[in-house]
Amino acid sequence: MSTVEHDLPPTPDTADLAAEIERREAELEALRSRLAAWEEASAATPSRDDSFTSISGREIRPLYTPVDRQDADGYLEGIGLPGEYPFTRGPYATMYRTRLWTMRQFAGFGSAEETNARYHYLLRNGQTGLSVAFDFPTLMGYDSDHPRSLGEVGVCGVAISSLADMETLFDGIPLDEVSVSMTINGPAIILFCFYVAAAEKKGISPDRLRGTVQNDILKEYQAQHAWVFPPEPALRAIVDMFEWCSEHAPKYNPISISGYHIREAGSTAGQELAFTLKNGFEYVERGIARGLDVDDFAPRLSFFFDIHNDFFEEIAKLRAARRIWARTLREKYGSTNPESWRLRTHCQTAGVTLTAQQPENNIARVAYQAMAAVLGGTQSLHTNSMDETLALPTEKSVRIALRTQQILASETGVANTIDPLAGSFYVEQLTDDLEAEAEELFAEIDGMGGVVPGIEGGWFQKEIANSAMRQQVEIESGERLIVGVNAFTDGGEKVEIDTLKIDPAMEARQRERMARLREERDDEAVQRALSALTHAAREGENLVPRILDCARAYCTLYEIRFAMEEVFGAYREPVFF
Amino acid sequence: MDSESQMSAGEQRVRVLVAKPGLDGHDRGAKVIASAFRDAGFEVIYTGLHQTPEMIVAAAIQEDVDVVAMSVLSGAHMTLFPRVKALLDEAGATDILLTGGGIIPEDDVQALLAKGVGRLFGPGSPTTDAVAYIRSWFEERETAREAGQGAGG
Repeated sequence: MSTVEHDLPPTPDTADLAAEIERREAELEALRSRLAAWEEASAATPSRDDSFTSISGREIRPLYTPVDRQDADGYLEGIGLPGEYPFTRGPYATMYRTRLWTMRQFAGFGSAEETNARYHYLLRNGQTGLSVAFDFPTLMGYDSDHPRSLGEVGVCGVAISSLADMETLFDGIPLDEVSVSMTINGPAIILFCFYVAAAEKKGISPDRLRGTVQNDILKEYQAQHAWVFPPEPALRAIVDMFEWCSEHAPKYNPISISGYHIREAGSTAGQELAFTLKNGFEYVERGIARGLDVDDFAPRLSFFFDIHNDFFEEIAKLRAARRIWARTLREKYGSTNPESWRLRTHCQTAGVTLTAQQPENNIARVAYQAMAAVLGGTQSLHTNSMDETLALPTEKSVRIALRTQQILASETGVANTIDPLAGSFYVEQLTDDLEAEAEELFAEIDGMGGVVPGIEGGWFQKEIANSAMRQQVEIESGERLIVGVNAFTDGGEKVEIDTLKIDPAMEARQRERMARLREERDDEAVQRALSALTHAAREGENLVPRILDCARAYCTLYEIRFAMEEVFGAYREPVFF
Repeated sequence: MDSESQMSAGEQRVRVLVAKPGLDGHDRGAKVIASAFRDAGFEVIYTGLHQTPEMIVAAAIQEDVDVVAMSVLSGAHMTLFPRVKALLDEAGATDILLTGGGIIPEDDVQALLAKGVGRLFGPGSPTTDAVAYIRSWFEERETAREAGQGAGG
């Protein structure tokens, strides 16, 4: 299906070739007959289970051999070399032999001051990138002093309501050296502008910023549910950011197309893979529809996957994702720049696999998942802390999670060679099977008119909920064993670990801070910036320059949201149950 | 699953409002428990996301439910449960059970129990525990009502 840019070995003469084909056929034939005998003998031996399935419900055969692979694509076409099309073995030629993955722990709680202190702590302990967790009010575009924020300020992440908070958050942190990832979607364009304006205050221009803003609204409607605007204006704002970043912040990733939340909400590995990539293609199509050249923005599209418990399936998922992305960008969207074909991803171990029972066991789960992420070739990684199913993590548990990555990098040797599982009959077969499953789901989504109609009809939401229910039934029936939950339970154990508590006084302090800000700023400049933004929203201008002006004038998050909402309206989800 | 088949003739169906209060969008648990309640033969109303305590209590009264089951994973449980409880009491709905689940530390579970909130189910709890709890609470309430009517009549 594709041409390969490699010099093929010189054609041997026909007689040699015929002999070689015959030899291989004979070998396969011999293997088939040995395999038949092996299968017969195995069938007589008792099996410890009725069926063996992956956590996603995929049937796993007892043994994989060259017989399974006889119809597979050739090596160069299907697997190739790292850093080369179709990128199955990794997005970069030398992978971890040049540079290890970025160890990036997602963190944020309480006020900007408290989170800033945690960032300094993490950087001192050898973390190599930052990742901001915002609280629910910020995620939904509400200021800390908005009535809907009551009880939620700083609880699940850090509260950022204006440029002033963003300046405090990154106090003493060189934003031109440390790459920062921000998990924000509904109001992403606003927080991005706070970030750019905070860097500007430090004398750092946008072209020097490295980092990522999640900004993936499609999976919010499908799974995570922190939205602000309806799909069409939300997608417009995202394309505005592609456009603005390609010109002004070429090293910044204006989106992280995320399967993580789809998986955490209950999907299977195949659904996570397919929905995420399909969302990615939707963004590509939106950019092209704006009149952008695909190769002007596609190189900065980045990804984020979940790493669940099924070790090999997760590795295969990352390998399949890279191949599907490369093939589709080149063959369907006509991209000619290899940078656009290169799928780069962040990974996080699966929060949903952590158990409240015997929480120390989570350290082991996270370690296996982290190893799968690395064997799958991730570019950066967050390892969950053992106590995250009980509360926000303590410093100690975060340190253990970070040390888990450092042990992986320094002691296990898994980063010594590139894509070490390539050529495994099983892993290659899983990679192909996941790709085929994704292709089927792409066709199904196309059949319903695409991603947005699928969201509006609740299809994604229902598919994910059904998978979640199936997993719950498997656990409750004992079909799927979870250590400490339905197997190896100690019985009535008390959890004996410390958990982090957020001081309730923090919310009052944040409200006072907001009151001070509103008093000190220039009201006229605020109103001027907000009106200009509403005007730009109505006229279809790129929103980024106007929101940047709002940020500089210390307009608050909710004020900026509201100035756009006047034109865009707010999203209300129909209830699907 | 045929929910009707699990009920004897004339038995009253438990009506449950499954609610997601606050700004938290994590609805995996809410949807799973709502499905489990439905499979157990309860009548289930799901509020959808991002509900204020006022919206939840209004829905509970309007739908005439027996139980409000809230799912809170945002850490805001110490604000949201007491607020819903207070609003239910204010509305005179003291016979509605307020229960729920989510990421709620044991100390907070105890503090909420003391404020009149029912059992709260943490991560890893089988859905059957919540079903059994609501069934037995409901039977007790119905028995108490019958006894009350008997004594009064």
